[in-house]
Amino acid sequence: MSESQRAHIIGLLDAGTRLDGRKLTEYRKDITIERGFTKTAEGSARVKIGETEVLVGVKLEIGRPYPDSPDQGSIMINVELLPLSSPIFETGPPGIQAIELSRVIDRGIRESHTVDFKKLCIEEGESCWVVVIDICALNDAGNLFDAASLGAYAAMQDVFFPKVENGKPVYKEKTKDRIPLEHTPVLVNVCKIGPHLIVDPLPEEEEVVDSRLAVVSMEDGELCALQKGGDDPISLEDLDKMLDLGIEKAKVLRKFLEK
Amino acid sequence: MTEIKVKDKDIVVPGDKLVEGMDVLPGQGTYREGEAIYAERIGVVKVDGRTVKIIPLSGAYVPQRDDLIIAKVFNITMNGWNVETNSAYPAMLSLRDGSSDYIQRGADLNKYHDIGDYILCGVTNVTSQMLIDVTMKGPGLQKLVGGRVIRVDSNKVPRIIGKQGSMVSLLKEKTGCKISVGQNGLVWISGTPNMELLAHNTIKKIEEEAHIPGLTEAIGKFLDEQIKVKA
Amino acid sequence: MSYKERADGRKFEDCRPMEAKVGVIKRADGSAYFKFGNTWAYAAVYGPRTLFPRFMQNPTKGILRCHYNMMPFSSVGERVRPGGSRRSKEISMVTAKSLLPVLDLSAYPNSVVDVFIELPSTEAGSRCAGINAAALALADAGLKVKDIVAAVSVGRVDDQLVVDLDYTEESYPEGHVADIPIAMVPSTGKITLLQMDGIIPKDDLVKVVELGKKACMEISKLQKDALRAKYAGSEKK
Repeated sequence: MSESQRAHIIGLLDAGTRLDGRKLTEYRKDITIERGFTKTAEGSARVKIGETEVLVGVKLEIGRPYPDSPDQGSIMINVELLPLSSPIFETGPPGIQAIELSRVIDRGIRESHTVDFKKLCIEEGESCWVVVIDICALNDAGNLFDAASLGAYAAMQDVFFPKVENGKPVYKEKTKDRIPLEHTPVLVNVCKIGPHLIVDPLPEEEEVVDSRLAVVSMEDGELCALQKGGDDPISLEDLDKMLDLGIEKAKVLRKFLEK
Repeated sequence: MTEIKVKDKDIVVPGDKLVEGMDVLPGQGTYREGEAIYAERIGVVKVDGRTVKIIPLSGAYVPQRDDLIIAKVFNITMNGWNVETNSAYPAMLSLRDGSSDYIQRGADLNKYHDIGDYILCGVTNVTSQMLIDVTMKGPGLQKLVGGRVIRVDSNKVPRIIGKQGSMVSLLKEKTGCKISVGQNGLVWISGTPNMELLAHNTIKKIEEEAHIPGLTEAIGKFLDEQIKVKA
Repeated sequence: MSYKERADGRKFEDCRPMEAKVGVIKRADGSAYFKFGNTWAYAAVYGPRTLFPRFMQNPTKGILRCHYNMMPFSSVGERVRPGGSRRSKEISMVTAKSLLPVLDLSAYPNSVVDVFIELPSTEAGSRCAGINAAALALADAGLKVKDIVAAVSVGRVDDQLVVDLDYTEESYPEGHVADIPIAMVPSTGKITLLQMDGIIPKDDLVKVVELGKKACMEISKLQKDALRAKYAGSEKK
């Protein structure tokens, strides 16, 4: 991205608008969540924000509890930035971008205590459910952070536990049991370009972001995870504004998670 | 007996049988197999005398000599600039062709064109191995400062330009934007925020509806309506 | 014992319900998905683009690379661990071989065309669904292809010849099963993919490939309609 392209984007932001005509803190209008797009997962969700599209599937496995938490199950989150979704993603093991994304989403879900890990325990010290959430990018038209996080939560809402026989899951037979979810953590990736704060960035905007803050907040506005990214430092004033914006916009996105 | 199985302007896809018989010749985008002619690209049929050909509706840009293209500088060497051409092949802009001014060897080349800059340039040479030379010497060839560059299918460029430039003139006139259309499918637009966006959306609309007859008129109406809404 | 009726009530020579759509991944140069029942393949084409490392380049024409991958949640059983397996590498290779005979990349020396096939949901027949989607994506990308390759799995369940085996048939517990994925160039009837798992007499093999050819013709019509729909669709607006 050249200085001239960056200056052009900032020029638009100065005028209160963006490349696609949106306001600075406006999401793209066409946000959709479709649960249960595949029968092969125990729970699934397809999320679209504009032309950005992610597919999320939850598989449930039975494992042994960790020795330091014998009465708890566990959760694992994995993001696949598939090379089919963008000309810049490559084949091979997850890069740092995918790893960061999965770890930030993991923290949001874990620290919100939306899942009581004790309820994932089957037999103390012996067996427990391991909830594996795989997030696959299908088309990257910007803001995979918010889309992936929405998808992870929506897919968990869609889960039915399989029947268990002789200590093994019978995947073909689903029970009516669901993952009890106590809270609704929502991630909003707030981006700073020049002096301006925006949400829901386009790929061209992502290229010129100076700093960003992924803000994960709950329904009462409490924060449960944060991740500062980008190369530039942020001031305390920035932080205050970014948090306010993140919490405010989470309310908008949370509506899509209320079934 | 030769039978032409398609009409002018039909949309055909690879493998479609176009002609049965030997009295018609296979043109661009078609091939002969036995006595029949088939399509080998997605496109629109054009029957031209005894030849049937296909005007493609999709496909990558392949650089050709004398094309006017928009390219992006990605590297600077002692001898000039390497630029991306929105094709599988980069091109070379040499010192000699970098500007209508004389550039001394060893000069700071980023003062002329920096990495990331878009330039409107002409293709002067394409070898069989797709080594490509471009030049900035020529009328209208220049660095494109400000504005946005958007990507369209290079097969649709003739429609975006229009007959004798009628479509792009219409766009410039109605939106007041500066617009340059590269034959490689990159389009540069610069204007006020609202009008630049309108020009962008209209060009995407032309790209989608490229094969509809009477498009210039329809686009003129569309622009008038949009401008009225915004006003 | 013999195999009398298919679990989903299909006729033996019928495919599962199929669906094809073109232009489903906007970032890609060409894209499509193809479904056989619950088996669902996406394909995206990127290129022709510059090929690195340079020693892999072919100075006479562009090369084709296919990458077949199952999404981790795409199987009814256990999670599929991400990262390539020996199986996915082999399928990637035979997929490329099944598409190459119709593809002309002579205009693109030293370049590469990448085809990424991703499956969000599988229940037998995934390589065939992948090939059907990939063939469409290549045409959508505007590349020169003589025809849209069509693929289907045929075989024998016990003593019955069948088309488009589903999961229950692939793992039929009684009697022999042969699973034979094939791909074909519809306009010439030439075979570009042929693999087999299982046991079948030679005469039956020839018969069942004939059945597969009929199915490929039907698939081909669906593919071409899907491709036309994308480009003619913009005409109607």
